[in-house]
Amino acid sequence: MNVPAELRYSKTHEWARLEADGTVSVGITDHAQERLGDMVFVELPGVGKKLSAGIECAVVESVKAAADVYAPVSGEVVAANAALLDAPQSINRDAYASWLFRLKPDNPAELGSLLDARAYAEQAASEE
Amino acid sequence: MLKRTPLNALHRRLGAKLVDFGGWEMPLHYGSQIEEHHRVRSDAGVFDVSHMLALDIGGADSRAFLRHALANDVARLERPGRALYSCLLNERGRVLDDLIVYFVGENRYRVVVNAGTAEKDLVWFEALRQRGQRAPDIAPRRDLCMLAVQGPNARARVWDALPETREATAALPRFHATQCGEFFVARTGYTGEDGFELMFPAAWAESAWDALMRAGAAPCGLGARDTLRLEAGMNLYGQDMDETVTPAESGLAWTVDLAGEREFVGRQALEHEHPERKLVGLVLLGRGVLRAHQRVVTAHGQGRITSGGFAPTLGRSIALARVPNPVDVGDAVHAEVRERLLEARVVKPPFVRNGRNVIGPIEEPK
Repeated sequence: MNVPAELRYSKTHEWARLEADGTVSVGITDHAQERLGDMVFVELPGVGKKLSAGIECAVVESVKAAADVYAPVSGEVVAANAALLDAPQSINRDAYASWLFRLKPDNPAELGSLLDARAYAEQAASEE
Repeated sequence: MLKRTPLNALHRRLGAKLVDFGGWEMPLHYGSQIEEHHRVRSDAGVFDVSHMLALDIGGADSRAFLRHALANDVARLERPGRALYSCLLNERGRVLDDLIVYFVGENRYRVVVNAGTAEKDLVWFEALRQRGQRAPDIAPRRDLCMLAVQGPNARARVWDALPETREATAALPRFHATQCGEFFVARTGYTGEDGFELMFPAAWAESAWDALMRAGAAPCGLGARDTLRLEAGMNLYGQDMDETVTPAESGLAWTVDLAGEREFVGRQALEHEHPERKLVGLVLLGRGVLRAHQRVVTAHGQGRITSGGFAPTLGRSIALARVPNPVDVGDAVHAEVRERLLEARVVKPPFVRNGRNVIGPIEEPK
């Protein structure tokens, strides 16, 4: 299972990465894409949208099912990865390069409340 | 415990994602369902379909038996080698299963039925057999491996892999079959592409599969099989039709032969039928994915999607839907997708044949 050590994770299978500019990139984990199968459709939040942690804010849809994506931390959307709209299968090829949106976090310390790689890997393994 | 085909160990070695399909552990895909789909449309793919059951029906009464049991008329099979698609109906004219029957030789037929319905069908056939005056022999062929090799290059791949089949099948017309030594070769399929379905002793399953791989056919799973058949506008039993609907409500009126006086199971019910619903194709105009069970809103009332998904060949979502009878090709309807009504167009399936879009250009949503 591919769970990079430097990222933070939500129980609902999002990854979060604190970027050098202080924003947080968000995507779905490799484990999540593996379970969903080939991606065919992505719906992204609009720039400027204010999100609270745990709220539904994007949709990834595969050949098998649609899955809601939840904001791992609270903040304002500062970018959406429009390249994914025409190439949703990028998520299957590299889930950690395929960020869905970037947030300006209300409170960067909130990242600390997310799972670390080890805890997420344990949770994902228990779902196999 | 799930049932396993003779190729189960091989699927595991290939890293297939295995799922429960009708009580069978079957490959969903070997990596990418969409790539497997494209491979069949552009070249050739091979599917393990050994979960389906072949029944050999023979003996002096087999023709009369099948003329009574099936909604389509095996008397239309004038020469040995021809194949026929038919529904198996109950007395109420509802669909117990759909199947292909091959006319093998004088009073010898091979019937291929769905995996999930096979046991039910056997019981049904046995009851019909006992009720009849004369009864044919019915032999379930669980000893056979079944492979579907499909795509524009499928026949060439089969001839490369199994050269002994070439001479006897080079001129085999579509929807015909022939026995070549141990290989039963049928020019049939479930993808909308040319190709063969092969039935042969299970002991040869792995060697035949390996030979097809070496010849360039790609392993394909049930995921691609589902999107290919949906694009081809073919029904899936249990999803697009079942024991609650008639052939006319399932786009299958053309498979029921009401000509002449032939008495077949379900005929009486169908002769008095006034269907209020029918099965149509839908194309989603914008982004999103149509899926089974979604509600369809039309100018003539509500309907329901029976099969839906993303069509890789078209790059958009399509569906089969059961809708009120007055709904017509070209109508604008809406499908309820994740609590939103999305615009769709009613079309006549198939959506794709021989690798090409056959529904024409689709406009953008308003």
